[in-house]
Amino acid sequence: MSAGRTLELICPAGTPAAFRAAIDAGAHAVYCGFDDETNARNFPGLNFSRDEMAEAIKYAGRHGAKTLIAINTFPRAGASRLWSSAVDDAMRLGADAVILADLGLLDYASRRHPALRLHLSVQAAAANADAIAFYARSFGVKRVVLPRVLTVQEIAAINRDIEIETEVFIFGGLCVMAEGRCSLSSYATGKSPNMNGACSPASHVVYREEGGELVSRLGGFAIHRVAAGQAAPYPTLCKGCFQAGDYRGHVFEDPASLDAASLIPALAKAGVTALKIEGRQRSRAYTEAVVRSFRRALDAHAEGRPIPASELRDLTEGQQTTSGAYRKTWR
Amino acid sequence: MEQKKFTLTVGPLQFNWPADAFSDFYARVADEAPVDRVVIGESVCSKRAPFYANRIPDAIERLQRGGKSVVLSSLILVTLERERRAARDLFAQAEHEVEIDDLTLMNYVKPETVFSIGPMVNVYNEATLAFLAGKGARRFCLPPELPFASVEVLAAAAAKCGAASELWAYGRIPLAISGRCYHARAHGLTKDSCQFVCARDADGLTTRTLDGVDFLAINGVQTLSHKYCNLIGDLDRLAKAGVTGLRLSPHSGDFTGVCRAFADAASGAVSPREGLLRVRRAAPEAAFSDGFLFGDFGAAPLAGA
Repeated sequence: MSAGRTLELICPAGTPAAFRAAIDAGAHAVYCGFDDETNARNFPGLNFSRDEMAEAIKYAGRHGAKTLIAINTFPRAGASRLWSSAVDDAMRLGADAVILADLGLLDYASRRHPALRLHLSVQAAAANADAIAFYARSFGVKRVVLPRVLTVQEIAAINRDIEIETEVFIFGGLCVMAEGRCSLSSYATGKSPNMNGACSPASHVVYREEGGELVSRLGGFAIHRVAAGQAAPYPTLCKGCFQAGDYRGHVFEDPASLDAASLIPALAKAGVTALKIEGRQRSRAYTEAVVRSFRRALDAHAEGRPIPASELRDLTEGQQTTSGAYRKTWR
Repeated sequence: MEQKKFTLTVGPLQFNWPADAFSDFYARVADEAPVDRVVIGESVCSKRAPFYANRIPDAIERLQRGGKSVVLSSLILVTLERERRAARDLFAQAEHEVEIDDLTLMNYVKPETVFSIGPMVNVYNEATLAFLAGKGARRFCLPPELPFASVEVLAAAAAKCGAASELWAYGRIPLAISGRCYHARAHGLTKDSCQFVCARDADGLTTRTLDGVDFLAINGVQTLSHKYCNLIGDLDRLAKAGVTGLRLSPHSGDFTGVCRAFADAASGAVSPREGLLRVRRAAPEAAFSDGFLFGDFGAAPLAGA
């Protein structure tokens, strides 16, 4: 096996502790957000104050790593100031790039801060070379995070056609819908990823025992029913069990998480620049373990050694995994 | 004479109907529906398009004879090479306005092109609306998940740009689009071998919770609300907010009856209450909602219903 191109490892951090852990474990870049509704992981107790962000950026800089700030929800009509000041602050604090999804905000950032590097968030769902060309031409976007609806072959074709970098998800939670274009959560709870940075929020989850079964509900809608005593999965809407015609089960997706570690060589060959780990809501210990393992895998790939697959398997903690849309049969 | 408050638009048919049903539907809309605009063409799944593509020219001609302006719809999610080609071809013709439902198409817009923005483009704020208006967008059908407070701001912003603002006013609401086909999955198939099982459900396949509560409806790669959005009781508020258009999304049954009810309620010929009764008669199976606009969550029942 010949040595591969070095891929960048982009790692999540929901807290300053997880941020430092990710850097120490070998992240090339860490992405994170401010502690408000400007980012798509707007969970209680998560994310960074301005001061914490400043510290984090310094820490990353000292270790030769980059900080990418996700400002990737869609600004609320009449309240855009919260979002534009997040972009201003990212610039002021010295972020290496901001990850944006909204056209208006991209327009603002590219005009106001021409030196600020722009990445296109997966929430923009730019799924082909033409959409990507539009963002690159209009706003000078330098990198696009591809939506999780594409096969490896399609990603390769996109990279042949575009002039900017691509980043793809390699591990963690898996959206089965085109990101940034899903209102399932707000249909059930009123809280949406696009507007509030929250999907299937814990504030709307209820677990209740009913007739020997444990039911988990989201906004009053039953998402799972398991025998009492069994662990009830978190009621993420698109991973729920429903009845559609004669089919009863996981109508949209099994409660599986993405693990595309085995596809690292194929993704590298497809021209991808960076691999992204999902999970800003995860613990510091999890972040550290996943990042360390993937850094080893990428180093192995870069040096032409086989990827240590068994180690990566341990990180899924017995949960079912899938390589998602990267393989055509998933569709 | 009562001043006309809203432009009525029939949105693209979201479902996979047989070609004859497709032709019959548009013939009836052309002849019987008191609407101003009709958006026509496949927006959900490119695999469906070949079945009725040859029926579209006749449908357009008949709609135009019926006094409707015709707008060509585009795919919500463009990934395949042939889908990109089809999207590009939409702008190669100059005869009809195009409704952009995926920003992919912005790559083909020329400086002089006038187009409209469909409900699946994320227009959540004034800056985005102004950006697109600056590129030639003259009409915005706003995202269905927006709350009324945002609609008020955006309708005003659209007016400022000289653009029309339209709301999803009737029909099952598109909630999500995917690379995966859920109809195929529910029948033990995959998207590539789907056998077009989505054609069995004229209005989508209702998806129930394990409590037996009707919740969602799957439509191939698309997921819809089980409930039908129905804003017929809210028209005064919408007019006051400056909304200028209403979108009626096609369903089986007496759809032209729904169009007539909306036209009469919009003109003030019937009361909102009478309008609602007429829509109920035209679609007796449907459960209605205006939750995204006025409720705490999207599936919330009609206020006062």
